[in-house]
Amino acid sequence: MLQNAHPLAETVARFVWWLPTVPLLGFLINGALSMFAAAKLGPADPSAADHHGHSGEAHDQPHAAEHGAEHGAADAGHGDHGHVVRHKYAPIVSIVGPGVMVLAFGLALATFMAMRSAESPAPYINTLFSWLPVGDLKVDAALQLDALSMVMVLVITGIGMLIHLFSVGYMQDDPGYPRYFAYLNLFVFFMLLLVLGANYVVTFVGWEGVGLCSYLLIGFWFSDKANADAGKKAFVVNRIGDFGFMVAMFLLFSHLGTLDYAAIAESADKLPAGGIVVTAICLFLFLGCAGKSAQIPLFVWLPDAMAGPTPVSALIHAATMVTAGVFLVARSSMLFSLAPVASLTVALTGAVTALFAATIGLKQWDIKKVLAYSTVSQLGYMFVGVGVGAYSAGVFHLITHAFFKALLFLGSGSVIFSMHRAYHATHNHGDDAQDMRNMGGLKQYMPITWGLMWIATLAIAGVPPFSGFFSKDEILGAAFARAHGSTLADASLLGIPGNIVLYTVWIFGLAAALLTAIYMTRMMLYTFHGPNRTGDAARPHLAEAPWIMTGPLLVLGVLSLAGGWLNLPEVVTDLMPLGPTAKLEHWLEPVVGEATKRVAGAGTPVAASTEELLIGFAVAIAIAGITIAVMRLKPSALVPKSAASPSTGLQSVLENKWYVDEAYDAAIVRPTYTFSRSVLWTGVDIGLIDTILVNGSAAAARFLGWIGSQLQSGRVGTYAWLLVLGAVLLLRAFARAS
Amino acid sequence: MLAESLTLSAALFTIGVVGVLTRRNAIIVFMCVELMLNAVNLSFVALSRLYGATGQVFVIFVMTVAAAEAAVGLAIIIAIFRHKKSVNLQDINLLRG
Amino acid sequence: MMKEMLASIGYNYWILTVLLALPIVGAVALAFQASASASQDALARMGSARKLALLFFAAECLISLGLWWSVDYGSPDWQAAAAVPWIPSWGIYYRIGVDGIAVVLMLMTTCIMPLTVLGSWTSIREKPHAFYALLLVLTTGMLGVFMSLDLVLFYVFWELMLIPMYLIIGIWGGQRRLYASLKFFLFTMLGSLLMLVAILYIGLKTADPLGRPVFNYDFILQSASYPGSAALWLFGAFFVAFAVKVPMWPFHTWLPDAHVEAPTAGSVVLASVMLKMGTFGFVRFALPLFPDAVANPMVRSTVITLAVIGIVYGALVSMVQPDFKKLVAYSSVSHLGFVMLGIFALTTQSMQGALLININHAVSTGALFLLIGMIYERRHTRLLADFGGIAKVMPIFAVMLTIVALSSIGVPGTNGFVGEFLVLIGAFRTEPIAATIATTVVIFAAVYLLWALQRIIYNPLAKPENAALKDLNAREIGLLLPFIIAIFWLGLYPAPILNRTHSAATRIIERVHGLSESSSGSVRP
Repeated sequence: MLQNAHPLAETVARFVWWLPTVPLLGFLINGALSMFAAAKLGPADPSAADHHGHSGEAHDQPHAAEHGAEHGAADAGHGDHGHVVRHKYAPIVSIVGPGVMVLAFGLALATFMAMRSAESPAPYINTLFSWLPVGDLKVDAALQLDALSMVMVLVITGIGMLIHLFSVGYMQDDPGYPRYFAYLNLFVFFMLLLVLGANYVVTFVGWEGVGLCSYLLIGFWFSDKANADAGKKAFVVNRIGDFGFMVAMFLLFSHLGTLDYAAIAESADKLPAGGIVVTAICLFLFLGCAGKSAQIPLFVWLPDAMAGPTPVSALIHAATMVTAGVFLVARSSMLFSLAPVASLTVALTGAVTALFAATIGLKQWDIKKVLAYSTVSQLGYMFVGVGVGAYSAGVFHLITHAFFKALLFLGSGSVIFSMHRAYHATHNHGDDAQDMRNMGGLKQYMPITWGLMWIATLAIAGVPPFSGFFSKDEILGAAFARAHGSTLADASLLGIPGNIVLYTVWIFGLAAALLTAIYMTRMMLYTFHGPNRTGDAARPHLAEAPWIMTGPLLVLGVLSLAGGWLNLPEVVTDLMPLGPTAKLEHWLEPVVGEATKRVAGAGTPVAASTEELLIGFAVAIAIAGITIAVMRLKPSALVPKSAASPSTGLQSVLENKWYVDEAYDAAIVRPTYTFSRSVLWTGVDIGLIDTILVNGSAAAARFLGWIGSQLQSGRVGTYAWLLVLGAVLLLRAFARAS
Repeated sequence: MLAESLTLSAALFTIGVVGVLTRRNAIIVFMCVELMLNAVNLSFVALSRLYGATGQVFVIFVMTVAAAEAAVGLAIIIAIFRHKKSVNLQDINLLRG
Repeated sequence: MMKEMLASIGYNYWILTVLLALPIVGAVALAFQASASASQDALARMGSARKLALLFFAAECLISLGLWWSVDYGSPDWQAAAAVPWIPSWGIYYRIGVDGIAVVLMLMTTCIMPLTVLGSWTSIREKPHAFYALLLVLTTGMLGVFMSLDLVLFYVFWELMLIPMYLIIGIWGGQRRLYASLKFFLFTMLGSLLMLVAILYIGLKTADPLGRPVFNYDFILQSASYPGSAALWLFGAFFVAFAVKVPMWPFHTWLPDAHVEAPTAGSVVLASVMLKMGTFGFVRFALPLFPDAVANPMVRSTVITLAVIGIVYGALVSMVQPDFKKLVAYSSVSHLGFVMLGIFALTTQSMQGALLININHAVSTGALFLLIGMIYERRHTRLLADFGGIAKVMPIFAVMLTIVALSSIGVPGTNGFVGEFLVLIGAFRTEPIAATIATTVVIFAAVYLLWALQRIIYNPLAKPENAALKDLNAREIGLLLPFIIAIFWLGLYPAPILNRTHSAATRIIERVHGLSESSSGSVRP
């Protein structure tokens, strides 16, 4: 009834359920193609192979060998195989895979237009069917269209479409091509479900679904144990977060009796502000976010996730999935704004992660690892934003980051593609195509990629007028402003006053900005500048990637350059009228506005002069970072990976990522396994229950039986003696009695 | 007269029991069993003077059973001797658990 | 529509008895066929036996499907009920009837049984007639347990299940089958004897005016009252019987041995149906008969503690199993722990979730055992270390195994999630700490199943034996498809099942709360 009343109900928005459905169809088609091509039905009697003997084997053997060889070559990696055999369905897949994304993006745009003209602040809820109706628990399969989910849908379908196109070039010689697109389409389906869900449970479906796709795509080349391990690690670490998400849902349901966003937004006030319940809910939710968005202490899976194909890293591990945590905090802003302690925790965790990951990024040699840690660091910024209650700033950085980080990843993909091609052409299988020590001077071979990646680098470093500058500055400015007056500044985290925490957050953010500028410039210098270290044989084969890959890069380049226009701060629009002020903030106002106001409280806004000073300071830091990197680093002194000497001291600690993986392994993973194996399984199960209790009672019964059996020796003489003895005793007894 | 008969019977019975318990030769054990049976027969006959002829009827039963038992028992012993070349009870342990 | 059609053929009057009788007829037919075909060779005997068995199981399944429509799920009365005196002087009747919970479990049983025959299609070569006849007798026993409304009748069916399964494991099992089958038998027997004593006590205690014992479930429910601590002792006796069957920690050690040694069909039936007998027993007998004992805080916290220990323990021990079947067996301990938590948390959500997990576990674990059986038939090993990389040579198998494993992990969208979610969200209202601890298992479940998945289908295809493996054949795919469909159907649209079990589940909860409120201050959700 309410749906009919909504102004969007009569527009294209009522087809919102088509948004996730279209990629799902793509998944089904591509998955079916993948299965049809691979499937060879087995014999009717699978165990008969053993009985039929040699004739069958003789037929099967060469076939199996050939089969194995085909796959053996294929899994050595994209581009590494001797002769390229394209998948027989590759042409169809190339149309279906990106095609569904184009459709989805078109639909998203149409819906966006409809929303703009409708101008209704209330969310439009499209209920599909009743999913879990049990007693007073009512969970519907329902989609919610509002300002926040619309923005996310546009980012996902837009960036997703570009990355799908890029993938056509990057992956089309892979023998698992249809499988790749099936997974990628499935990912988009789940991601759209995540952002469109009208309650926490539907979001959770998407939440776990994207984790699943991430698992499948990280382990895409599963024949390599390292890849399969990385996929598993990602899934398991994410599940730790999911535990938090689930407990948060249980708390919400037992205290508010609902899991619908709309209902929670209405009734959240019933929870006492700053109370233990709402704080616990938010902290458990944040545990989920930390898992999905790779924050301390659960960030360890993201760098390993680079084992997947590079477009996957761009889509899932940079632009969309890893930002789901930020989205969830923004979505739950009504709750977080009631829990200052939880919000401070979010902000502080984000700031520490931003700085910590940036230090590791300084010393990585694998180009994708640098970007991975950079992603972790940037996600930290976003959490600072949503943590300090500047929800729209967090979402803004999410968007710009999606632009420039997708560009960086796809650019690096383009570089890796070209490196692979060169190594492949020269039959060089020993050198690492992702190690920056094997690159250098690529500027002259790949000028377009070089130029576009510099745009992204300047954006991430925070140099005006690139997009990253605006979003990052807004976050840092908000952290500074909140320290001066807000509910957060009045609260305290573990005894430390909120404003001190917020100043710490701000300083950490600035420090991370400096490091970001340094490591990104380092990456660019080592990759594109200085002399080339690829090797004399391979060098002539280095060239720009095909247009299907470079095209999406160009679009992303424009977006990285101009993305700041989405949310220009007042200070800038006062100086020059570039466009409307704070466009995104106004757009998100219906969703997060109230929560933002609640956090900001009665605090006075920072004066314009202070703001200008802060901006100047931030720009100075970015430029200083770039300058330091250019001055200090000498690309010409670098030697190829095979000739490099191991690093020492702090450098090796950074290169080994502060030994966090090793610490977790020694402190958590191995003790759990040892405990399970030695104490629980062999100790309690086999030792205590089975040996002592079960077999022990059997042994006791056997012992009693043994005693009885000893009486029956089978010696007639003994029986006779006992008989006589008994007779004598009986006689005595009779004698006594009479 | 009665006392003497019963004493003789008891003595014969005791000899029989001791023989069964101590001897190893199957034939001797077998004869000792017969001795015990006949000791009992003697007391039946002796006591029948006091309690009527029922005891003597019993004796006839016992002798019949003893004859049958002797036939079967001796046959078994001969069969075992043919098989084992011995009638020592300690060698006959096939059924021992 | 369907309902009227079924009513016109008097469906509800004969269905339950026919369901009980048909498998017995099938077993007899198999026995005749066995003696008639004694002169044929082994292959022909296998072929004829499995076809006849499949015919009977398919018929059983088809006629049972009508229950889905014919039963009035909202009604508080027993549906399709019947009562015939059996040993009237002792008050023992052939008294049967069903409610929503029973119908759902019965349909699950009748639908899975034909699939187990297909799963044994080529693997049972020795004495095929005896094997399938035992499976048929087992079916009668299992269905009888679900529909018995007389305690002695229930006990008879309860024991009737035991013997065929004992023989199936003992004759067609693996290396240590004798140890496993004896362990299974003795564990179960220990519990059921205690239950028999309790049943006799109840029967004698609730005598009718003529002084004859009464074993009528409804009558006992209305009139029984027990002096002093007798209710606790009676509950304890039922508890042990059912807890062994569930199996709850620490009565679970028969399960891994039984599963590892049992043939594929045995494992499937054991996991999919027989483990549900324990939880069904709690729902049908232990809770309604002894509400005061259940509401006793000591009893409840003990059971919930054992359930949570089982949940975490099963998951942790699964992580270190080298044998895939043992891994799945321990994971069953974990899943059934969720069911127990759900039942004893006594909220609508948790109870409904528990009933749903019963079905989900049957689907997921049944499918897992079938999949294990399929690779076992090809490689004659179940050790994870012997596999690796077989997604390359068996892509269909890999897809199926992945879907089933994800469902067992409880990924949303599959059936595993909805059950766990409902149990936990319901249990959190009354037992927040237990529910939170139980929730950690979402992590461990991912660890052990993904680890197994990786070691079987991913990683390098290093072993030549694995490189020569053949993918699934049409029969195997057809046999797995119903499971896959069920996984998604239950995961995406469980409402039909939830609606069918709703009123029965709430009645049980209300009974426990209603009768207990006077004696102890239990929290109503």
